[in-house]
Amino acid sequence: MPLYVARRLLQSVLILFGVSIITFILLYLLPADPVRQIAGRSATAATVESIRHQLGLDLPLPQQYGRYLWGLLHGDFGRSYLQKTDVGTLIWSRLPATLLLMVGAIVCELVLGLAMGLVAALKRGSALDQGLMLISFVGVSAPQFVVGILLLYVFAVQLGWFPIGGYGHFSNLVLPSLTLGFLGAGWYSRMMRSSMIDVLRQDYIRTARSKGITRAKVLFGHAVPNAILPIIAMIGIDIGVFMSGIVVVESVFGWPGIGQLAWQAIQRVDIPIIMGVTLVSALAIVLGNLLADLVAPLIDPRIKLQ
Amino acid sequence: MRKSLMTGVALAALFAMSGGAALAVEPKQGGTMTATFKDDVSTLDPAIGYDWQNWSMIKSLFSRLMDYKPGTTELTPDLAESYSISPDGLTYTFKLRHGVKFHNGREMTATDVAYSYNRTVNPKTQSPGQGFFKSIAGYDDVAAGKATEMSGIKVVDPDTIAITLAKPDATFLQVVALNFAGVVAKEDVDKWGADYGHHPDGTGAFYLENWTLGQELVLKRNPDYYMKGVPYLDEIDFKIGAEPLTALLQLQKGEIDYAGDGIPPAKFLEVMNDPEQKKLVVQAPQLETSYLTIKTTMKPFDNLKVRQAVNMAINKERIVKIINGRADVANQPLPPGMPGYDKDYKGYSYDPEKAKALLKEANYDASQSFDLYVYNTDPNPRIAQAIQQDLAAVGMTVAIKSLDQANVIAAGSEPDQAPLVWSGGMAWIADFPDPSDFYGPILGCAGAVKGGWNWSLYCNKDIEAMAAKADAMVSPDQAQARADLWKQIFDKVQDDAPWVPVFNEERYTMHSARIAGDKSLFVDPVHVPVNYNYVYATDAQP
Repeated sequence: MPLYVARRLLQSVLILFGVSIITFILLYLLPADPVRQIAGRSATAATVESIRHQLGLDLPLPQQYGRYLWGLLHGDFGRSYLQKTDVGTLIWSRLPATLLLMVGAIVCELVLGLAMGLVAALKRGSALDQGLMLISFVGVSAPQFVVGILLLYVFAVQLGWFPIGGYGHFSNLVLPSLTLGFLGAGWYSRMMRSSMIDVLRQDYIRTARSKGITRAKVLFGHAVPNAILPIIAMIGIDIGVFMSGIVVVESVFGWPGIGQLAWQAIQRVDIPIIMGVTLVSALAIVLGNLLADLVAPLIDPRIKLQ
Repeated sequence: MRKSLMTGVALAALFAMSGGAALAVEPKQGGTMTATFKDDVSTLDPAIGYDWQNWSMIKSLFSRLMDYKPGTTELTPDLAESYSISPDGLTYTFKLRHGVKFHNGREMTATDVAYSYNRTVNPKTQSPGQGFFKSIAGYDDVAAGKATEMSGIKVVDPDTIAITLAKPDATFLQVVALNFAGVVAKEDVDKWGADYGHHPDGTGAFYLENWTLGQELVLKRNPDYYMKGVPYLDEIDFKIGAEPLTALLQLQKGEIDYAGDGIPPAKFLEVMNDPEQKKLVVQAPQLETSYLTIKTTMKPFDNLKVRQAVNMAINKERIVKIINGRADVANQPLPPGMPGYDKDYKGYSYDPEKAKALLKEANYDASQSFDLYVYNTDPNPRIAQAIQQDLAAVGMTVAIKSLDQANVIAAGSEPDQAPLVWSGGMAWIADFPDPSDFYGPILGCAGAVKGGWNWSLYCNKDIEAMAAKADAMVSPDQAQARADLWKQIFDKVQDDAPWVPVFNEERYTMHSARIAGDKSLFVDPVHVPVNYNYVYATDAQP
């Protein structure tokens, strides 16, 4: 096990290294020139060149990358071109909001997904089952900005149950969490449904029932825990899925996390911020997958780590 | 000189509409205003900030030697109590107000003014406003990093500063009214270094109480502000993060007072068709022109007849309809309201038949296709399509390249790319209300370089000489002559047809009924977008 973890960690470092190189090259190959954005329209060519030199953007690409990597190894993500602030500080200040949103989304997708899947499995073939699976189908396929705006319109504008965007209270958290978790809820309800149907057919369930244990006890004592196991192992992978969703969800709801930071930086060609957020996201995805792999054998001993 | 600014048609209209900015009863101080912006504020460093969002925040946090009367383009002394200009037009002597205090409590002196200007020009600051100070003697050495202090700036005594120019510059008083000339306290710049933009410390009407990155900025009234009785608001809360559509919903529900990113285009008609909502919208022309550039150095657009044909081929009225009529058709580079705007000028009228004839005369080869570059946000691609159709109707084939703003700007100045660029979304908005600002960077030779903003690469030496002459007319009694000269300059530019001026945008600001003030404050031509210092809260009034 420790050997496996060590090997996976080494792999993770290599993956991050690869991500950093690819992102770096892509960003610097853009025809957009961040220096011109900084210098403004009244700048002379000399000013532009002076700024380019100060930022080290006149160096050959490998050397620029070397400087960036060297800083990174010392915990320095560089400085934002436009805000002039340390990128690490910017990301760090926004990370709690993103983590909070992810926790909210995980709660939403588990509660919604498991409940829907359970009910659908028990009422298999009924109109309720079909209705729930239709909802889950919508969850899997609807774009998040559509879900977000619909939820905002119905629950915040029309019904007034929740504030229209914003941050700081529990009530602010509900709608963005639902939006981000809706996709996962769709997947989980399908997994839970098939998993439950599978488990309910197993011999031990029939044995338990024939022993005279009540239906509810069989269900929640034996069936559900076994059906949930494969789903729990998926949560780590969700972190990666969320990373792509937060950019949209945070923008729609005005949630001050790193997704919003990235979106603003992209619009302003603020390369150090884009690099920083990409690397942090990649790290989260890599760690999430590692976590999923490590948790899986704990839940299901049939899975062995090699 | 200032008087001439008032002759603009649009400005006169603005005044008629608003009844002037003076208020019969002085509003009481108090109350809070809540505003929203989608994006976090990039910086509040006056030497760096250069966007729609931070422009008037910086105006409220910092002060400059000169400012403009609220809601107008009329210059007035601000940190300066008075000023005088030497007979040769080269030396400006400003007498400062005595006893003005920074938010940190220290008294501001002429040394701080000198420090602030030198700082903006210093290449280490990386200020986008550096170039505005180029007429000050000694600018070149500081801009090149060879010196740290401009030789033309002399601190005469703590309350007096004399600034000598290398050459006369009729716009100099406008330059010292720019944000980039905001006075900063050296000790705070030294203390915060690169983070100064998050810890601004000026002498302005408000001070920054708190900034939670990505969430909120809180501005509080400066109790020591040197203008008695203002600002009226006790506090302004800028909430960050709401999409324009979300912000509009919040405004409609009364949760906020002002949506900083404006009315989303998709909701515009809905808002304007609802009398209740329309009441909350303030509308005014802005000093802006949206245009199509034609690369004068690229075949076949080096032929004047082809450029004239493009001018006549485009149906501007239809384009204005595409944007729900939120603009007026333009026929010249200068927007109405700018001195030098020629209200009698007819321009090139829409005449596809004449355009076809001109193309025939120019032996235009209809088999070729050209790229039309456009910024990829709505409504710009739709406008580009309209241009594409208009040009196709006269036999010109154009392919649309819809790209990110930065990419369009980058291609714009390349001599072999972007023969046509639609300026929408990147269009020229005046830095200060003076016609020279619409010439040098976007139509003058200095801007016709790689990385410049003159995407036509238009450079006419005769016109360049006329512009230099106009810039040298600094005396206030030459103002009318100067405006007339600019009028001639832009008429001559139009003869060469480097652009198709298409429309002048109108500005629309929506605010809650709780926040009031003269209408002109909400569409202030200089304190863009809103003059926060003079709006007041109705619930704070007796």
